[in-house]
Amino acid sequence: MLPDHDPAVSLRGVGRRYGERLALRDISFELATGQTLVVFGPNGAGKTTLLRMLATLLRAHAGEVRVLGRPLPDEGYAIRSRIGFLGHEPLLYRELSGRENLRFHARLHRVAPASVEAVLEAVGMTRRADDPVAELSRGMVQRLAVARAVLHEPELLLLDEPLANLDPAAVAQVQPLIGAASGRTRVLTSHDPVGGLVGADVVLGLKGSRAQLLAPAADVTAAQIAALYA
Amino acid sequence: MRQTVAALLAKDLVLELRTREAVPAMVLFSITTYVVFHFGLDRNSIDGDLASGVLWVTVLFAAILGINRLFVAEHEQGGFDGFLLAPVDRTAMFVAKAIALFAFLCVVELLAVPAFAVLLLGPSLGQALPELLLVLLAANAGIAVVGTLVAALAIQTRARDLMVPLLVLPLLVPVVLGAARASAPLLAQGGAGPLPGDWLALLALYDLLFALIAYAVFDFLLED
Repeated sequence: MLPDHDPAVSLRGVGRRYGERLALRDISFELATGQTLVVFGPNGAGKTTLLRMLATLLRAHAGEVRVLGRPLPDEGYAIRSRIGFLGHEPLLYRELSGRENLRFHARLHRVAPASVEAVLEAVGMTRRADDPVAELSRGMVQRLAVARAVLHEPELLLLDEPLANLDPAAVAQVQPLIGAASGRTRVLTSHDPVGGLVGADVVLGLKGSRAQLLAPAADVTAAQIAALYA
Repeated sequence: MRQTVAALLAKDLVLELRTREAVPAMVLFSITTYVVFHFGLDRNSIDGDLASGVLWVTVLFAAILGINRLFVAEHEQGGFDGFLLAPVDRTAMFVAKAIALFAFLCVVELLAVPAFAVLLLGPSLGQALPELLLVLLAANAGIAVVGTLVAALAIQTRARDLMVPLLVLPLLVPVVLGAARASAPLLAQGGAGPLPGDWLALLALYDLLFALIAYAVFDFLLED
């Protein structure tokens, strides 16, 4: 665990480019342990890049990134077991069943097989757990992806539009795992100016690869978020 | 690292058993090539240097099919990200993939070498088989190590199908050379000659050299 004064996530002047194109420039913020940061912004604003950077999958080309008290990318190895990442791709093999996929990830994370059954139960996928992922609906695959992301009980959740493809019942089912009630530090992206603010402590608005909005969620209006998409 | 390698290898073998994308294609390619040689050379049987060359060039080209497919599931289904997010030694992926490719080559040769003996080879394989097995294992190890390294490099490029043969063929020339020279006396007409130990030693040295290179650079290939 981190000392109280040490933020869970800290970025200072962070930039990232793909070739000549700048995906993020001069991004700075801090997020305290247990808080939720919601990132809004139009397509291509840099939301996914930001999450992948925090997940140790991408390195910053400028500035400093510290996650769970460790500088990235140098000490990424030390925090991977403490991060749960849910991106646009489910990171599941289509020809394996949900149970086989989760057991595979459990072995990589040194998690007991019993945890696989518990998490399958938690996302309501026990009955279809032995079906190949290729034969499941997108919503079911997303539930399995949620299960994969929380399988190792991470302290920090990085969630890229986590509720995409989920019906209301599934949303209710996964909320205890990835919602504010999970008690975990969360960084998530959203396009929903109303629903996205539920459970948020801090809001970051990205536009044109820059931070256009950074404020406590209580001070942010739906109109400010809508302006990011204008 | 052993547990990670075991998890990755088990996953790869299950995926190959379910999809049958690599090994059947490699087997079919090998046998078809031997049939083509059978008619193309217009000879009932071959032996010695020619037989050895035909055997190894065919194995090499068949291996390229497997090398091309080695990281496809990782690339297309998020396997790289899933692996990179785990607190594991990244070299484990190289070791698991190299073992998987080695196993695929062994299975292919289990069917392709008898087909080669029936369709093309003049002398009987019986006497030479134990020593030929030794050469096959040493060459497979070399192909697996070099092939895995090249596959990991090529998967990041758009022209993967072109990059693999362009990179792997020159790098595998010493393996084919060593394997062909070591096998030629074993496939000679009038009974198998002694196994040339120096060529086998060259093969083993090349395997070791590339295993060390792969160990040193594989992490960087997976880096952003």
